[in-house]
Amino acid sequence: MISGVLASAFERPTTKDFVWSCWFGKSPWCYNFIFFLLTIVIVVFVLMFWFAFRQPKIVPGKYQYLVESGLEFVRQQVVLSMIGPEGLPFFALLATFFFFILLGNMLEITPFVMFPLNSRIAFPIVLAIISWVTYNVVGVRRHGAFGYLKLVMFPPGAPAWMYVLLAPIEFISVILVRPLTLSVRLFANMVAGHFLLAVFFLGSIALFTGIPYILGAVSFAMGMVLVGFELFVAVLQAFIFSVLSASYIAGAVATEH
Amino acid sequence: MLGLVIHLGGLLAATQGTPIGKGLVYGLAAIGPGIGIGILMGKSVEAMARQPEAAGMVRSIMFIGIGLIEALALFGFVLSFIIT
Repeated sequence: MISGVLASAFERPTTKDFVWSCWFGKSPWCYNFIFFLLTIVIVVFVLMFWFAFRQPKIVPGKYQYLVESGLEFVRQQVVLSMIGPEGLPFFALLATFFFFILLGNMLEITPFVMFPLNSRIAFPIVLAIISWVTYNVVGVRRHGAFGYLKLVMFPPGAPAWMYVLLAPIEFISVILVRPLTLSVRLFANMVAGHFLLAVFFLGSIALFTGIPYILGAVSFAMGMVLVGFELFVAVLQAFIFSVLSASYIAGAVATEH
Repeated sequence: MLGLVIHLGGLLAATQGTPIGKGLVYGLAAIGPGIGIGILMGKSVEAMARQPEAAGMVRSIMFIGIGLIEALALFGFVLSFIIT
């Protein structure tokens, strides 16, 4: 039955879809499709802000207003609501996180590209390491090395005997697990999204060549719905990454009450 | 409960190395986060319905919670590709 429906072979998406061969250069240091996407993201990122704020006006035009409202969203929802006014020095970092991840994720649903930059773990890991270094350095500078360790391992408000259990758990979760979850969350979301789109669009290609063409149409419609869903996921993951970085920084600058 | 765990262990051992075993890894990893996101969303809607003026704050914290819980299911997703 199934082999009758699937007249042409259904190419199952695998993890090999994420490996690209070199365009030029030698194997570890070569320029391939992923580097090309990184170049696109950086150029778009720079041009986006350059065109918006080349000649900033007091009464902004349409485009300047669009970029300004994006920055205002990060300032209000990420910086001020998570850290407060003392988080404003980190506004540039968090806005860079937000827009870089957003542009990288948007490539997933850009026609003729359809490949999310952040589905290669290297990019989320570097971003998570930047975030990790930032909140640890901020905490050490604010509280001193021992003060910061005490703040991390002995959160106030627990009964004394609980600290035997709590101190190692808190240490592992703050120092080791946070950068891991931060990077794997972004990476796995993008990989899963790419697989979802690949299954439905490759499936619709395979089903359109089968006997009941309507199944291909159903699969294609589901794929289009998932493109909208992936747009939501792209924005949500950029937001969550910057918000969680902000909340980790907020935990590092917090003073004991 | 213990019987269920033993049964699942036997199932995982029997399907070791097959695509079904890989699928089970993700399926089992999604149970807990599924319950967690259900509770989270239910409580958030309840809070927003009771206090509509706090809806914005509840919504942003809800997304952070979703992100934290979702990571657990995604670990299972990544693990299903890593294991052979």
